[in-house]
Amino acid sequence: MTDAVTSNDEIHEQIRKDYAAGFVSDIESDTIEPGLNEDVIRFISAKKGEPEWMTDWRLKAFAAWQEMEEPDWAHVDYEKPDFQALSYYSAPKSMADGPKSLDEVDPKLLETYDKLGIPLHEQMALAGVAVDAVFDSVSVATTFREKLAEAGVIFMPISEAVHEHPELVKKHLGTVVPQRDNFYSALNSAVFSDGSFVYIPKGVRCPMELSTYFRINEAKTGQFERTLIIADEGSHVSYLEGCTAPMRDENQLQAGVVELVACDDAEIKYSTVQNWYPGDEEGKGGIYNFVTKRAVAHTNAKVSWTQVETGSAVTWKYPSCVLKGDNSVGEFYSVALTNNFQQADTGTKMIHLGKNTKSTIISKGISAGKSQNAYRGLVRMNPNAEGARNYTQCDSLLIGDQCGAHTFPYIESKHPSAVVEHEATTSTVSDDQLFLCRQRGIDTEKAVSMIVNGFCKEVFKELPMEFAVEAGKLLEISLEGSVG
Amino acid sequence: MISIQNLQAKVEEKDILKGLSLDIKPGEVHAIMGPNGAGKSTLGNVLAGRDGYEVTGGSATLNGKDILDLEAEERAREGLFLAFQYPVEIPGVSNLEFLKASVDAVREHQGKDALDSVKFLKLAREKCKAVNLDQSFLKRGVNEGFSGGEKKRNELMQMMLLEPSLCILDETDSGLDIDALQVVANGVNAMRDPNRSFIVVTHYQRLLDYIVPDYVHVLADGKIVKSGGKELALELEEKGYSWLDTTTGAQ
Repeated sequence: MTDAVTSNDEIHEQIRKDYAAGFVSDIESDTIEPGLNEDVIRFISAKKGEPEWMTDWRLKAFAAWQEMEEPDWAHVDYEKPDFQALSYYSAPKSMADGPKSLDEVDPKLLETYDKLGIPLHEQMALAGVAVDAVFDSVSVATTFREKLAEAGVIFMPISEAVHEHPELVKKHLGTVVPQRDNFYSALNSAVFSDGSFVYIPKGVRCPMELSTYFRINEAKTGQFERTLIIADEGSHVSYLEGCTAPMRDENQLQAGVVELVACDDAEIKYSTVQNWYPGDEEGKGGIYNFVTKRAVAHTNAKVSWTQVETGSAVTWKYPSCVLKGDNSVGEFYSVALTNNFQQADTGTKMIHLGKNTKSTIISKGISAGKSQNAYRGLVRMNPNAEGARNYTQCDSLLIGDQCGAHTFPYIESKHPSAVVEHEATTSTVSDDQLFLCRQRGIDTEKAVSMIVNGFCKEVFKELPMEFAVEAGKLLEISLEGSVG
Repeated sequence: MISIQNLQAKVEEKDILKGLSLDIKPGEVHAIMGPNGAGKSTLGNVLAGRDGYEVTGGSATLNGKDILDLEAEERAREGLFLAFQYPVEIPGVSNLEFLKASVDAVREHQGKDALDSVKFLKLAREKCKAVNLDQSFLKRGVNEGFSGGEKKRNELMQMMLLEPSLCILDETDSGLDIDALQVVANGVNAMRDPNRSFIVVTHYQRLLDYIVPDYVHVLADGKIVKSGGKELALELEEKGYSWLDTTTGAQ
C-alpha cells in the first residue's frame, strides 16, 4: 500500500513538473462579487482608504473605458473576457488590517512565496535584491525598505505611495500611459489594485536590484497591477518583475500598466520573467496577458526593456520607449516562447522625438507545438528626430511543423537624416542538428534546450545574473515534450 | 566488437541495405568502399540510429549488446561514434558547452562522475591542440562558420574526448586538402588502440594511404560483394568498380 501511495505521489509530482508554479494556496480571501460598475470602483478605492482625487481619477477612467471597444487587430484569437463575470478585488483576509511586519503575515502566504523560490524573510532573501510581493490584488510584503530608505530610494506598494507620496504619484500617474491610451489601460486605471512604486532621487544609484513578484491565486479574479517607476535626474535603477499563477481551467485576465519616467541623464533597466500559467496541452485555461508598458526618456536618459516571456495563453504587449529628450536611448531585448496552443503578439514601439536618439531592438521568437508567435514593432522617427538611429533584429525559431512565426514591422520615418535598419531571420531546429547532438550522447530535450538557449543568448546576457539562470531553466521546462 | 548479420534497411520506402554482414574485432580497421548509391552512408546512419532509416531485418550487436532497439543517444553512450561527412552548424551553442554536455552524458552512462568545468576545459584545450585547432574554436558556435577542414578536425576532437569503442568515419576525406587530410589521419592513427575499432567509409584510396586498414570491403547494391586486405583498395583504384560483378553478390 505504502509503495502504491508513494509512486502515485511521484507520478503526480512528475505531472506537476510541467508547471511548477501551478499550485493553489488555501488562503481565506476577501473577494468581492463579480461585476463592474461605479460602486465597485468606489469600493476598491474605499478599501484602500484613498483620497478623493484618486477616486475621481478612477471614475474618470471608468467613464472613458465604457465608451471604448476591445481592440481586435492583434494576431491572436481568443474568447473575449466577460468583464461582468470577473471579480475586481481579492485580498488575503489576514491582510485586512494590514500587517505591520512579516511576523503578522499569514504563514501560508509566506509559504506560497517560499514555494515559488521567493523567500520574503530578508535574511533569507537573495543577496542584494529587494522584493515587493503582490498576491492577487494587494502587496503583501516589501523587503529591504529601511536599507533603501537610507539611500533615499522609495520602494513601496503604490497603494501606500498614494498616501505617503501623493505629490509624486499625482504628478506622474497616467502621464506615460494615459487613461485613454487603450481599452485595457483605461480598465486598469479604473480598477487597479496594487503594484510597485519606485522613486530614485537625483544622482542616486539604487544600491540593489528591485523586484516585484506578481501572483494570481484566487479563481475568477482579474489582476490589474500598476507600476510606476520614477528615476530622477542622473539616477540609476535596475528592476525585475516576475509572474506566476495557479493552473486553472478557466482563463484569467491580467491587465497591468507599467509606467517608467527616466528624467535627464537617468537610466532605468526593466527586466521581466513572465511565467503566467499558459493553459494545458489542449489549450484549456491560462492567463490572458494584456499589459501596457511604456517609458519616457528625457535628455541623455536611457531605458532598457528586457523580457523573457514563456507563460500566458494569450500575450499581447509592447513595452515601448518614447525617446523625448535629445540623445536619449531606448533598448528592447525580448525572448518570447510559445508552445502547445499559446499565442503571443508582442514587440515594442520606439518613438523617436528628440535629436540623435538611438534605439535597439533584439527580438527572439520561439514557436513550438501548435502555437502562434508574432513580433509586432513600430519604429517612428518624428520630424524633429534629426540624426536618430534604430537597429532592429528580429529572429524566429520554429520547432516542429505545426507552429507559426509572424513578423509585423512598422517603420515611419519623417526625418531624412534618420537611419532605420531592420534584419529578420527565420530558422528551424533541424533534424540534422538534433541528430548531431544525439549521436554525441545528448538526449533530444537537452539538445533542444541547448539550441534554444543558444538562440536566445544575446537577450539573456542583458538579464541580471541570477535571473539569466532562471530564464534558461524556464525555457527548458516550457519546451518539455515539444519534440519527439 | 561489432557483429552485423544480414542487415536490411530502407529509406523512404526504398530498400538500400539488402543483407549486409560484417564482423569487426577489437583493434581492427575496416575500410568500406563502393560506387555511389551503394549504401555506404546508409550503413553509418543505420548503425547510429538516425530517424528515417528503417531496419527491416538482420541484427547488429556492439560489444555483445543488440543496438538496433536503442535510441540514437543510447548507442552513442554505448561507445558508437559517427564522424559526419557534412557536420551541421548549431549557431549560438558554444563548442565547449556542446562538448561538455556530450562528455557528461557519456560519462554518466558509464557511471563516472562528471568532470568539473576546470578539468574539462583543460582536457578540451589539450584535444584542441592535438587536432591543430586554435583555442578560440572552443568559444565559437558548434561548427559555426568553420571551414570544411575545421569541421572535420572538430569532429575528430569530439571523437578524442568521447573515446568511443567503435568509430565510423563517413567520407571523412571529402572536402579536405592534403594537409588537412594528414592532420585528420594522424589523429585517427593516434587513436588506434587494441580496444577500439574503426569503420572507414571512403570513395577514394587516397585516405587509406594515411589510415592503413586491416581489411577492405566493397559495398555494392546494399551488400558486401568483395572483401580483402589493404591491397584490394589499390586494385579498386586502378580498375574501378565495374570489373566486379555487383549484381550477384559474388564473394
